Amino acid sequence: MTILVIAEHDNSHLKVATRNTVAAAAKMGGDVHVLVAGSGAQVVADQASKVAGVAKVLLADAPHLAEGLAENVAAQVLAVAQNYSHILFPATASGKNVAPRVAARLDVAQVSDIIAVDSPDTFQHPIYAGNAIATVQSSDPIKVITVRTTGFDAVSEQGGQAVIETLAAEADSGLSSFVGREVAQNDRPELTAAKIVVSGGRGMGSAENFKILDPLADKLGAALGASRAAVDAGYAPNDWQVGQTGKIVAPQLYVAIGISGAIQHLAGMKDSKVIVAINKDAEAPIFGVADYGLVADLFQAVPELVKAL
Amino acid sequence: MKVLVPVKRVVDFNVKVRVKSDQSGVDIANVKMSMNPFDEIALEEAMRLKEKGLVAEVVAVSCGVAQCQETLRTAMAIGADRAVLVQTDVALQPLAVAKLLRALVDKEQPQLVILGKQAIDDDANQTGQMLAALLSWPQATFASKVELAGDTVAVTREVDGGLETLSLKLPAIITTDLRLNEPRYVTLPNIMKAKKKTLDTITPEALGVDVTPRLKTLKVSEPPARSAGVTVPDVAALVEKLKNEAKVI
Repeated sequence: MTILVIAEHDNSHLKVATRNTVAAAAKMGGDVHVLVAGSGAQVVADQASKVAGVAKVLLADAPHLAEGLAENVAAQVLAVAQNYSHILFPATASGKNVAPRVAARLDVAQVSDIIAVDSPDTFQHPIYAGNAIATVQSSDPIKVITVRTTGFDAVSEQGGQAVIETLAAEADSGLSSFVGREVAQNDRPELTAAKIVVSGGRGMGSAENFKILDPLADKLGAALGASRAAVDAGYAPNDWQVGQTGKIVAPQLYVAIGISGAIQHLAGMKDSKVIVAINKDAEAPIFGVADYGLVADLFQAVPELVKAL
Repeated sequence: MKVLVPVKRVVDFNVKVRVKSDQSGVDIANVKMSMNPFDEIALEEAMRLKEKGLVAEVVAVSCGVAQCQETLRTAMAIGADRAVLVQTDVALQPLAVAKLLRALVDKEQPQLVILGKQAIDDDANQTGQMLAALLSWPQATFASKVELAGDTVAVTREVDGGLETLSLKLPAIITTDLRLNEPRYVTLPNIMKAKKKTLDTITPEALGVDVTPRLKTLKVSEPPARSAGVTVPDVAALVEKLKNEAKVI
């Protein structure tokens, strides 16, 4: 049994999501190989070879693999797929993009977003936005899986001594091409990867008022989020939306401010380690999931909190 | 050109689902069902392309039980020209749906298939990509902007940390993210008009597709409950707890 983990990287750094995925692979048993598909990505392969528990790194390097196009990356994975019992992708935007393409070509089902490994063929994953956990068994010869990174602690980036093997790059599909990228211009961490998230809800009252969360987020090094109510009211951009139809987060600390705690919102954040709720309505459902609740007017409590930190 | 928009009937996003006591699944008897929110966005995008004169026909498709007809009527009330139901009582997994859609694409010959990025029941986020793979078409997932021009489509995608734009050769597959558009409301006159539109029904057997589930669900359980929290009297107490008890700041 040998497991292939598809590396998440930007051609210069191996992203931590890869190490979370190696941790999931380790729970299945067997050798773990890592595939680095990229352009000028030798440095990434070097980093992957040092990751604890990795036996071999496969490097496919070609200009058309630079931007992680699904068609080209999937072809690269398929070229070696038959050597493996499991193919694991981190459940990131890029992993989710490519994994089903690989699964369909292999004519196997995919298990999405696993949060636990019960055995090499049995996995747990959330459904209904985390309101239920399904335990599923796969009888497919190759198991294609995406791994929810917040479900597994990353293995160490040191300690491994994997050999690096170079693969011949598959041909460019020619079906799609990369045009450009717009990287979000803020110093704040990315919402789904942030250790701390500060979110505002309808209680913020206006887009203007939402700005009082900025100093708090800055102090905590937190990402900013919002409830669907706040997004629908135009108080916050909709890529901030945390919830069933938005982003699902599981940070160390989630601070919900002026958020009542509708089901739709809770589904996106209730796996956070510690939840703090600040709301003036003591009956708000958010207090039912909060570890620490403060019944207070947010317009007083937030500036006070900034000062106290 | 023709656009195919697959839509799924799911438990309404406002419903809090409950796990059945025998752990065989979630209880969806007598709960409100609706069109998957991401599919509404897909349909809206298809309608906007049609209203710009870039698309001649929008065909809505759903796979599942007979009640999916309601979802398709909604799709036609939003503006789809006609609808196809692939009717089966088998619980369909994404690979099976992708194969059914491939068979329909072979029949209908659309230039574009626009799907939601994921359904809010199984949360799989697989079908669009699988369909693209089966057809050997290019894909652009998590779309926040779509621009058709000649025989290519430029799609801006929501990726971790920002946006990226791809250019795809048609025919192509697009899956929608939340930011793509704001779906329109269905009006009463349009609901009436939708009743007169064509809704064809076909079976997986007629399409020659084996829809047997590949993954076996052993059990469905409640997520672990959170332990009850405490109410703190003031900000100072909160900061103290976060620093010394929870140790998260």
